Amino acid sequence: MSPLLRSILSPEFGFAVLRVMTPLLFAALGVAISEMAGSINIALEGIMLVSAFTGVVVSAYTGSLVIALLAGLIAGIILAAMLGYFHLKLKADIILAAIALNMFASGITIFLTFIFAHDKGTTSSLRSLVFPDIHIPVIKSIPILGEILSGHNILTYGALLAVALYYIIIFKTPLGLRIRAVGQNPDAAESVGIDVNRIKLYALLLSGFFGAFGGLYLAMGYVSWFARDMTAGRGFIAIAITTLGGYLPIGTFLASLLFGTVNALAIYIASLQIPSEFVSLIPYLVTVIVLAVYSVQARRKKARKPTKAKEAV
Amino acid sequence: MEKILEVKGILKIYPNGVIANKDVSVDIEKNTIHAIVGENGAGKTTLMKVIFGITQPQEGEVFYKGEKINLKSPHDAIEIGIGMVHQHLMLAPDLTTAENMVLGIEPLRGKIFLNIDKAFEVTKKVSQDYGFDIPIDKKIKDLPIGIRQRVEILKALFRNAELLILDEPTTFLTPQEIDVLFNTLKDLKNHGKTIIFISHKLKEVKQIADRITVMSDAKIVTTKEASELTEHDIAYLMVGRDISFERISPPEKMGKPLLSVQNISYINDENVKLLNNVSFDIRESEILGLAGVEGNGQSELIKIITGLLKASEGNIYIKGESIKGLSPRVIREMGIAHIPEDRMGYGVADKTSLEENFIVDRYYKSPFSKIFRLIWKYITNHSRKLIEQFKILTLSSKTTVSSLSGGNIQKVVVARELSSEHEILIAAQPTRGIDVGSEEHVHNLLKNTRDAGKAIFLISADLDEILKLSTRIIVIYNGEIVAEFTDVPKISGKYLGPYMLGVKKQEAAVG
Ligand SMILES: Nc1ncnc2c1ncn2[C@@H]1O[C@H](COP(=O)(O)OP(=O)(O)OP(=O)(O)O)[C@@H](O)[C@H]1O
Ligand SMILES: [Mg+2]
Repeated sequence: MSPLLRSILSPEFGFAVLRVMTPLLFAALGVAISEMAGSINIALEGIMLVSAFTGVVVSAYTGSLVIALLAGLIAGIILAAMLGYFHLKLKADIILAAIALNMFASGITIFLTFIFAHDKGTTSSLRSLVFPDIHIPVIKSIPILGEILSGHNILTYGALLAVALYYIIIFKTPLGLRIRAVGQNPDAAESVGIDVNRIKLYALLLSGFFGAFGGLYLAMGYVSWFARDMTAGRGFIAIAITTLGGYLPIGTFLASLLFGTVNALAIYIASLQIPSEFVSLIPYLVTVIVLAVYSVQARRKKARKPTKAKEAV
Repeated sequence: MEKILEVKGILKIYPNGVIANKDVSVDIEKNTIHAIVGENGAGKTTLMKVIFGITQPQEGEVFYKGEKINLKSPHDAIEIGIGMVHQHLMLAPDLTTAENMVLGIEPLRGKIFLNIDKAFEVTKKVSQDYGFDIPIDKKIKDLPIGIRQRVEILKALFRNAELLILDEPTTFLTPQEIDVLFNTLKDLKNHGKTIIFISHKLKEVKQIADRITVMSDAKIVTTKEASELTEHDIAYLMVGRDISFERISPPEKMGKPLLSVQNISYINDENVKLLNNVSFDIRESEILGLAGVEGNGQSELIKIITGLLKASEGNIYIKGESIKGLSPRVIREMGIAHIPEDRMGYGVADKTSLEENFIVDRYYKSPFSKIFRLIWKYITNHSRKLIEQFKILTLSSKTTVSSLSGGNIQKVVVARELSSEHEILIAAQPTRGIDVGSEEHVHNLLKNTRDAGKAIFLISADLDEILKLSTRIIVIYNGEIVAEFTDVPKISGKYLGPYMLGVKKQEAAVG
């Protein structure tokens, strides 16, 4: 067996997949919930960045993980609220507003990194706290499975719980029903007395909530510092993930798992003698291929089923 | 009489400059059924949207139970007891009927969770209470349009409004369902409710209304007791001339068959046989009317002929050539034009302009385009001609379709299809939602089309329309052709009824 194959078949690889998947899954849930309400949120990059930065700095200065967590969440939600304000209140195009916010988030976090850590690249001079790893009692002693599933950062388990939370919000609460209705036919929602903009705002705030966790994990779990633009396009890959997952909880989870696997694979391949530029291309290449295959299939399926009446009448 | 609603001096100008309501004043008396009629684009829907808080007028006042109200959104209207059934159905396509039913007033379980069982329960209950059968846990997008309209009506009834607005609620209902609805409305009236009812079917209006308001050109023409007006009077007030309800004369001679449908059967995904061995021919200069209660296979038959659906068995020939496996575009090129029954779903792309909608079937042909360039000058001219010829009420040919009134959207579809190069016209509910004046106009156009030697397949839920235009009539029931009548002038709607309901069957017509 080649060394690469051997390492891919090892439990460590499975462990790495979950690790890499965590921020993608949070971001994907953020994209999915706003998409459900009919707004495309491409500001997850920015949301994750401000949360990651805020978490690191607050933890370094307060020494409290709880305060850092809250601060990070608030930062992410504020950014989402700004998006909501620009889009829903000032009627700006949501894509343009999100691009502006992404650039703003990137710029301000670099600027503040320089202020707080006297470095334009990372905050490594600050002593950030990290979220703890959890060893799950019974599971940890199961061979192989235990090695894959146990010992992760608490936020990795949080991401799995977030999938359940997303499911519950969307399918089991009146808010979720309204979010779906607003996304499918805003006029219909309005005609039964629902405040469409308010529902869209709630969905965006929830999007900020999920995204913030992704950012916190990146800086305070995956590593223990903030680095400029450390999200590295995850907010955009999340859009591909949700499209693939059909915005549904399980679908989004499975698609995240797929992208997590590809990313982990890229990390493993990087250890071989292959140009690193090519290796870092792999996840994006797979994104494009997967989306292309998916859309062709979706179209075929549609062509086979022309009986379905068109959406809203 | 006590007035529940007083509308005074409403002026509504849309952002694009269209004056849709001008100095509109009308009183709605409590405990009455008040009908509003008027030409397409007269401003009926706009007035209702003002009353329901969807749109705000520039001038004027609305009083509800004697108090001045200032509605900012439908939410405010619902709060004070106003409900509305919309002309273009307001349902979320991916939600189930039950979910649509409770949307906005969701039953809860444990204070925060949606109680879906309860939602099913109440949906079943309203459906039984009001005698409208609907599946409770199917997604709206999987339901035929007739059932969707039932859901829309039940949704409004369920909310128990004191003042209920119904904007063309009967468009997609069968005659039996209309009877059920009317009984419900009378019942509501007897229980102290007030109803505003909009329809283009003057017969319905006469049947149900206590008072009638006629609108024309954004203004109120008159409001009268229903007993003071006949159907002809109403039509005259609406369009300013007499309308003919007479049958058209039969064609002088008919030619060879253009469309031949042979032994078509169709079994759907759920293994239900929706069409069973359907065969017929339509000849040059012939209008073949298909009578039947909606939902007996008509929609599937139309889709199969136009290539939108594949038949399970049988074949269709256009001028002797089989259409098996061909795409809708190729089939159209062979000479078929199609006015679809669901105008918003299949007829138009409503977020684009009239011009674009007029050329969707011909944009790739000269002179509409050359090589890869659209010739907009020609397209605009072409569109202006259609707008004039079909009397479409619009600001310009560049207006987006969604800002037209419902009936005018229907005219856009009719204009495109009649102006396409065709020899066979599939006309499904061609005058649905169109006012009496324009209906007469469309009927004349269909007659001209026929006299030009074309074959027309007319599918309509309106028996009067079928009887007025058809050269020959076939009746469909439960996916089968159960009767054929060649001597149309001799038969009446009453005569067709038993066949449509499956009570009677002509042996010879089958197979
Ligand atoms: N959202 C809109 N924006 C601009 N113009 C509009 C809009 N809605 C309606 N109009 C215009 O206002 C006029 C009145 O339309 P309205 O829908 O009230 O007519 P209607 O009487 O209900 O007609 P129909 O019988 O065809 O439904 C029409 O000329 C229409 O084109
Ligand atoms: Mg209308």
